[in-house]
Amino acid sequence: MAEAEQYNFAYLDEQTKRMIRRTVLKALAIPGYQVPFASREMPMPYGWGTGGVQVTAAVLTPSDTLKVIDQGADDTTNAVSIRKFFEKTAQVATTTRTPAASVIQTRHRIPETPLAEGQILVYQVPIPEPLRFLEPRETETRKMHAHEEYGLMHVKLYEDIARHGAIVTAYAYPVRVEGRYVMDPSPIPKFDNPRMNMAAIQLFGAGREQRIYAVPPHTGVVSLDFEDYPFEATKAAAVCALCGSAESYLDEVIVDDTGGRMFVCSDTDFCAGRRGAMDAEAVA
Amino acid sequence: MSTQNPCRDVSGKPRIPETPLLSVRALSKSYGARIGCTDVSFDLFPGEVMGIVGESGSGKSTLLACLAGHLAPDAGEIRFETRDKGPVDTIGLGEPARRMLARTDWAFVHQNPRDGLRMGVSAGGNVGERLMAVGARHYGRIRGQALDWLGRVEIDADRVDDRPSAFSGGMQQRLQIARNLVTGPRLVFMDEPTGGLDVSVQARLLDLMRGLVREMGLSAIIVTHDLAVVRLLADRLMVMKSGRVVEAGLTDQVLDDPQHPYTQLLVSSVLQV
Repeated sequence: MAEAEQYNFAYLDEQTKRMIRRTVLKALAIPGYQVPFASREMPMPYGWGTGGVQVTAAVLTPSDTLKVIDQGADDTTNAVSIRKFFEKTAQVATTTRTPAASVIQTRHRIPETPLAEGQILVYQVPIPEPLRFLEPRETETRKMHAHEEYGLMHVKLYEDIARHGAIVTAYAYPVRVEGRYVMDPSPIPKFDNPRMNMAAIQLFGAGREQRIYAVPPHTGVVSLDFEDYPFEATKAAAVCALCGSAESYLDEVIVDDTGGRMFVCSDTDFCAGRRGAMDAEAVA
Repeated sequence: MSTQNPCRDVSGKPRIPETPLLSVRALSKSYGARIGCTDVSFDLFPGEVMGIVGESGSGKSTLLACLAGHLAPDAGEIRFETRDKGPVDTIGLGEPARRMLARTDWAFVHQNPRDGLRMGVSAGGNVGERLMAVGARHYGRIRGQALDWLGRVEIDADRVDDRPSAFSGGMQQRLQIARNLVTGPRLVFMDEPTGGLDVSVQARLLDLMRGLVREMGLSAIIVTHDLAVVRLLADRLMVMKSGRVVEAGLTDQVLDDPQHPYTQLLVSSVLQV
């Protein structure tokens, strides 16, 4: 038997996928609510996307096209290994082009190209509970969610302003989903927060913490703030050194050991697409 | 339920309010076969401060926890006079409404300020938490109120961004009081508020609490084993032993002319300086 045939489609057995799909449906029915699920051991360490991989495995069909990104890039270790994993265990087509993908698993970024209906964005989540560092008791945070007691979340933002003069939380910035649940959007930069109001389905998987939550298409996602300190989606004040984009989220890259540095798009597919278009124009 | 001012009668003259703020009937709580407290009944009127004294294990903390909704009593009735809905049964009220009461109309001052404060959050954040919990979303106003309250409990304004872990025990206790009173509650539960503080700090805290209670017209239930504290703060006194109320009455009356043998023992046990 060939190695690939020894695996069930997408690695997990059918009963497990069924269980995860049920959880996903419940999560979609209650936007922003963390649904517990029986997370499985995956052939990778916790913290490497075990939650996202299980969700991807459960939603993947043989006709899907998969894209995996890590901090926006298609070619970093985490993205490459997860893409290879599904190439081997599910034999699905893979791509790096955002519009061509039907399922996109992401670690800590939303692709720059707007997603369309029919696409699924799967996030890897390390800590699903937005209140965790303020209230360590799980019994208490569940009650706080149940009773909509979210004052504590603003205490965190208050502390930011009192100490630094502005809300300095730059990633995993808490949001309120459809006026009800406060949700951790996973450690995406707050630049991406406004872009969570999208046409695609967003699924969040936390493997170690055994929680799945979701934002259905066209669902209101509002970043928490104060009336006199409104939310601001921030990025580095520069343009991409490769493609010249002023709109995309930028990574700072150190290029030598004498302090040289440059800013480049964190979304490699978006950057390559723009450079390709510029080359085509130059030829024509 | 009439909506008129409870402190004035129909002709507008001040009167003793007739409806109690808190009314407790036959309250009991046991831990398996052991009695926590049993058959406790009393009324607390607006603006009144009641002390509960007794030895360790007499059931006073159990009683307070039942009243504040931290423990579910086995039997009995607790009725609280709410601002909008009149008297409600707080036991059958349901958790969301009871938790709402606990952060608006009620306040709970713990013996150990570490139980009542968030030690990792600045003093201003601690005071502002209750405001944010009831929907305040304007940073400037929250901070203004926090500074105002720090002033009222005699904490310097330049300590507003310090964490409580950098405060002395007395300051932590004053901060806890500010954090509790910022939303203007009507009923304050205090569990040994001066325990663990040295006498000069105790005196200052008592002075402060007496001022706040009078100024805000608070009702309070103070659990303590320190008779000097109730002498200073409480209008009325309940003496508990083995889970039962053995004597109740006006503070001076109970302390100066104790009737029950246990109360006599308690009063005579106070060390004279």
